[in-house]
Amino acid sequence: MNVMYSQQNQQISQQMMLQTIMQYQVATLDLALYLDTHPNDPVALYRHKAYSSQLSKIRDEYEMLYGPLNNYSIETGDTWRYIDSPWPWEQEWGNK
Amino acid sequence: MFMYEKKLQFPVRVSNKDVRMAQAVLNQYGGPDGEMSASMNYLTQRFSMPLNETKGLLTDIGVEELGHMEMVATLFKKLLHGATKEEMTEAGFGGYFANHETCPFYLDSSGSPWTAAYTQAKGDPIADLYNDMGGEQKARATYENLIKLTDDPLVKDTLRWLREREIIHFQRFGEALRLVEEYTAHKKFY
Repeated sequence: MNVMYSQQNQQISQQMMLQTIMQYQVATLDLALYLDTHPNDPVALYRHKAYSSQLSKIRDEYEMLYGPLNNYSIETGDTWRYIDSPWPWEQEWGNK
Repeated sequence: MFMYEKKLQFPVRVSNKDVRMAQAVLNQYGGPDGEMSASMNYLTQRFSMPLNETKGLLTDIGVEELGHMEMVATLFKKLLHGATKEEMTEAGFGGYFANHETCPFYLDSSGSPWTAAYTQAKGDPIADLYNDMGGEQKARATYENLIKLTDDPLVKDTLRWLREREIIHFQRFGEALRLVEEYTAHKKFY
């Protein structure tokens, strides 16, 4: 019983953390696309920097807990967690 | 170089399986105005762009479209999850299943295979950017059609996201076009 509850909690934490990363990534990418055609816009540059550094922080946290998100991040575990479930097309949010 | 990040750009969820809807969304995977056509367009056109701004934009949007392909494939799989033989046959999905089971394949929903004929790389930056803007509008229209085809709010969420990104891409391409046109006009004075 207790084991299931904590497994579910782990799942929810993983989902929430991943969702935050996804949100920061979308914000950063949107600014990157804008900067591609407006490379000197100071506001966009500032915002990109702000989102990018937040993204970096939370990614590091996530990767430490759940494994690398790409081949080039440092693996801090004892196994190659990069291949661990869930893969992106298996990822559920809530229970869907 | 290309890197892969082990996540989707935006969450993909479905409330229930829907074989008919799965077939319809396949259009955005292997169809003429789908994510693959868009991606392949931009990732090859970028080699003939004159400005750093447009090299950057076509590269970055081309890569984003690959991520969208992944989202469409995920939607396809989730919509088919748990579908019975009867449900598949009723939806006319038997032929596809015989050839591909539930693996997403590069077809449109009428079974036509994806082809490079769905892409353009004129090598002329103005022609290519106008083409890309047209492509984004067609993708937007297709997503609107797909949104109408489903009542599932979770599926609508994902489709609305993808539709919105097409609109953003259209705006960026418009800006790129203006930069290229200014550059081209400027050159003619010399």
